[in-house]
Amino acid sequence: MTPIIEKKELSLGIKSLTLLSPLISKKSKPGQFVVLRVSEKGERIPLTIADADSKKGTIKIVFQEVGKTTKELGKLAIGDHILDLVGPLGTPSDINLFGRVIVVAGGVGIAEAYPIAKALKKQGNKVVTILGARNKDLLTMTGEMRHVSDDLFITTDDGSVGRKGLVTDQLKELLEKGMNVDRIITIGPAIMMKAVSDITKRFRISTVASLNPIMIDATGMCGACRVSIGGETKFACVDGPEFDAHKVDFDQLLSRLDMYKNSEKISDHKCRLVND
Amino acid sequence: MIRMSDESKKHIISKYVIKKQKVSTRPVAERIKDFQEVSLGLNKEQAILEANRCLQCPKPKCIVSCPIGIDIPKFIRCIANENFEDAINKIREKNGLADVTGRVCPQEKLCQAACVLANKDVPITIGALERFAADVSIDKEIKALKSNGKKVAVIGSGPAGLTAAVDLAILGYEVTIYEAFHESGGVLTYGIPAFRLPKEVIGKAMRYVKYLGVKIEKNVIIGKSLTLYDLFELGYDCIFIGSGAGSPKFLHILGENLNGVYSANEFLTRCNLMRAYKFPEHSTPVYVGKQVAVIGGGNVAMDSARTALRLGANDVRIVYRRSEKEMPARIEEVKNTKDEGVKFMTLANPLKILGNNQAHVTGLECIRMELGEPDTSGRRRPVEVKGSNFTINVDMVIVAIGQKPNPIISRTTPELKVDKEGYIIVDDRGRTSFEKVWAAGDIVPGPETVIEAMSGAKNAVKDIHLYMKRREEKELVLNPVLAWKF
Ligand SMILES: Cc1cc2nc3c(=O)[nH]c(=O)nc-3n(C[C@H](O)[C@H](O)[C@H](O)COP(=O)(O)OP(=O)(O)OC[C@H]3O[C@@H](n4cnc5c(N)ncnc54)[C@H](O)[C@@H]3O)c2cc1C
Ligand SMILES: Cc1cc2nc3c(=O)[nH]c(=O)nc-3n(C[C@H](O)[C@H](O)[C@H](O)COP(=O)(O)OP(=O)(O)OC[C@H]3O[C@@H](n4cnc5c(N)ncnc54)[C@H](O)[C@@H]3O)c2cc1C
Ligand code: SF4
Ligand code: SF4
Ligand code: FES
Repeated sequence: MTPIIEKKELSLGIKSLTLLSPLISKKSKPGQFVVLRVSEKGERIPLTIADADSKKGTIKIVFQEVGKTTKELGKLAIGDHILDLVGPLGTPSDINLFGRVIVVAGGVGIAEAYPIAKALKKQGNKVVTILGARNKDLLTMTGEMRHVSDDLFITTDDGSVGRKGLVTDQLKELLEKGMNVDRIITIGPAIMMKAVSDITKRFRISTVASLNPIMIDATGMCGACRVSIGGETKFACVDGPEFDAHKVDFDQLLSRLDMYKNSEKISDHKCRLVND
Repeated sequence: MIRMSDESKKHIISKYVIKKQKVSTRPVAERIKDFQEVSLGLNKEQAILEANRCLQCPKPKCIVSCPIGIDIPKFIRCIANENFEDAINKIREKNGLADVTGRVCPQEKLCQAACVLANKDVPITIGALERFAADVSIDKEIKALKSNGKKVAVIGSGPAGLTAAVDLAILGYEVTIYEAFHESGGVLTYGIPAFRLPKEVIGKAMRYVKYLGVKIEKNVIIGKSLTLYDLFELGYDCIFIGSGAGSPKFLHILGENLNGVYSANEFLTRCNLMRAYKFPEHSTPVYVGKQVAVIGGGNVAMDSARTALRLGANDVRIVYRRSEKEMPARIEEVKNTKDEGVKFMTLANPLKILGNNQAHVTGLECIRMELGEPDTSGRRRPVEVKGSNFTINVDMVIVAIGQKPNPIISRTTPELKVDKEGYIIVDDRGRTSFEKVWAAGDIVPGPETVIEAMSGAKNAVKDIHLYMKRREEKELVLNPVLAWKF
């Protein structure tokens, strides 16, 4: 049982919880994630470690309430406990001195990208950040991100803040203007990462995407998370979640993410019937 | 010539007169609708009759054929005498998981195959008696054992880890099991379905382990949350690895990542560990097709096929590249699987999985096989019959062609030597290449059964104990002050 010691509502439907877990906070590295289960009958879901403080023994998770489990999680309060928490999982991000790095993050992916951007900055890289969301209310952690970026751009679909348009519009503009870029990291919805990858492929800039397939154990035991990387099947939970974006079969990832769409609707619906 | 008294003649004759007691199973029509246990075991009267049939051989061959050497005639005699408590205690001298082995051990190839009565085709149903003794035993706390002050960490709570923990605890070691999952039991919990091994049975076995003072730390992945080096730093004197072979093998054929294609591990984990068969009461979903192909011929394939059937599939087919005779699954389970209506398509090998434009599986292309020369395993090697390709319509495929070891531990422990497939290399005492670390079960090369995992663990514990005693003696020699104190 893991206690919740802090809770924040970051933006519309995006919340953060700080959990006391000395074991995980001590081992956690940027790019890694945890798997948690809220209740006895609950599902195991993966969430990125958005920050870790080994001195206090805490980790932070940031999540968007999209379905049954994330909504259940959102209902918990300070002092409540999370039934099962395991981690840190996945291979850590490659944090090196690359030169100039662009971090392209969308939606809740912004929170997931934060520890990576922070580590890259600390390593001495020039960090350029492009953040995107549907509208102003869905944007998170811009303050923290600004703090670790040399340059920061914001785009929203409706133009409620920053540039009106998609992250890829901003990215394309920077690259077309001839910005010298050594590496690109993209985290967010699979469809966004696919679009980013398509652009950077044209500009031949090495790009890393943090993939988010459906997972169960997240220890390499079930194969639910398998992704195609350059024609080879990999398990995102142990071999990733970060992969060379130009080798990722995004269409397969997208179709595999839709596998349980109908079931999830039933589950979420039933859950609301019970709770309301 | 030895003269027999009339009394003992009568005794022997009466033993032959008792008929072999049959273990009954629930009717097919009823059992394929739920996840309750299929085998009903022996009732009390049957168990006593069956136990009375045992000849109490002076040189019992059954004992030597049990990998952990349970004193079979003795425990059977206890049942015959209706001393059920003594029966389970006798078994527990060697086996803390009688509830499990009595159900899933390949008895027909082990103890029962060696029983003298097997010659007459009426071997004692030793497994069923073992299960009976475990089932009627009372679930009660036992007296706390005295600690010898030494600490051992056990990685994994499958049959290997649990057995090591039980044996070590009985010897006085303070044992902590580290388990990656949120439930303990290993394959017993996430793999073998409840209709073969009810959850209550595992719960009871687990309570016995806890009564012995064993601590279980769940949700800890060794190699990630803690490394082996961390464990030594935490003060453990030795480490036992029983992490199993949990990583699913795939066929590496086209279409394997289509939706509707599962590894048996994923399918069974969703159903058993995450209780997807109770969706949406339990939140984890599972998809089950109408026409299902299960690839493989082992226990895992049988369990997957029968689970799919219970979840509403109309048509379930086992696709196996050799013939039925070569199937590694337990004979009893093959029969149960067939009785339940699963079709067997043997001598067929999948080549390609076909899908539609929604990336969902729609068919399986196979090729006919024939049996050639025996291979290294002694089984005849299947070879393709050229041009015999054919396609079957399916909307779900379950791949059950085996597992390999998970590399998480070996990747973070360079000292630990593994073979090219990732199995941890051990000597005949269960010692790994890393000092003070032992391993057994599916994580080491060899047959993959519950009883072999247990037997390997027992072997390792013997050596751990010996090692610890030697170390103590050495310390005494090297440290005369300490020796003097003793
Ligand atoms: C390595 C990894 C790290 C992740 N980190 C975060 C994070 O830090 N914050 C966060 O909010 N989410 C993160 N996710 C996604 C998160 O796991 C899912 O949003 C969550 O499982 C949804 O569960 P649910 O029961 O609330 O919704 P469900 O009812 O299961 O699903 C609701 C909707 O979300 C979609 N969905 C399901 N699983 C995923 C998934 N893995 N990725 C994307 N969409 C999915 C479904 O198709 C459906 O449309 C991460 C995923 C992975 C694999
Ligand atoms: C579906 C199925 C049916 C089977 N049927 C039969 C049968 O009828 N009869 C039979 O004899 N055998 C059967 N088997 C085989 C048998 O279950 C295995 O041989 C046996 O369980 C091996 O035991 P083990 O303890 O070595 O490993 P496992 O049972 O696999 O247990 C390993 C445990 O270690 C944990 N673990 C792994 N890595 C780590 C880590 N890094 N840190 C912490 N914990 C970790 C795992 O989560 C797991 O709980 C079957 C197997 C399956 C999958
Ligand atoms: S453990 Fe297995 S082999 Fe040994 S007596 Fe029991 S059923 Fe037979
Ligand atoms: S071999 Fe058969 S008959 Fe003889 S003691 Fe063993 S179980 Fe009894
Ligand atoms: S989530 Fe099971 S193997 Fe990756």
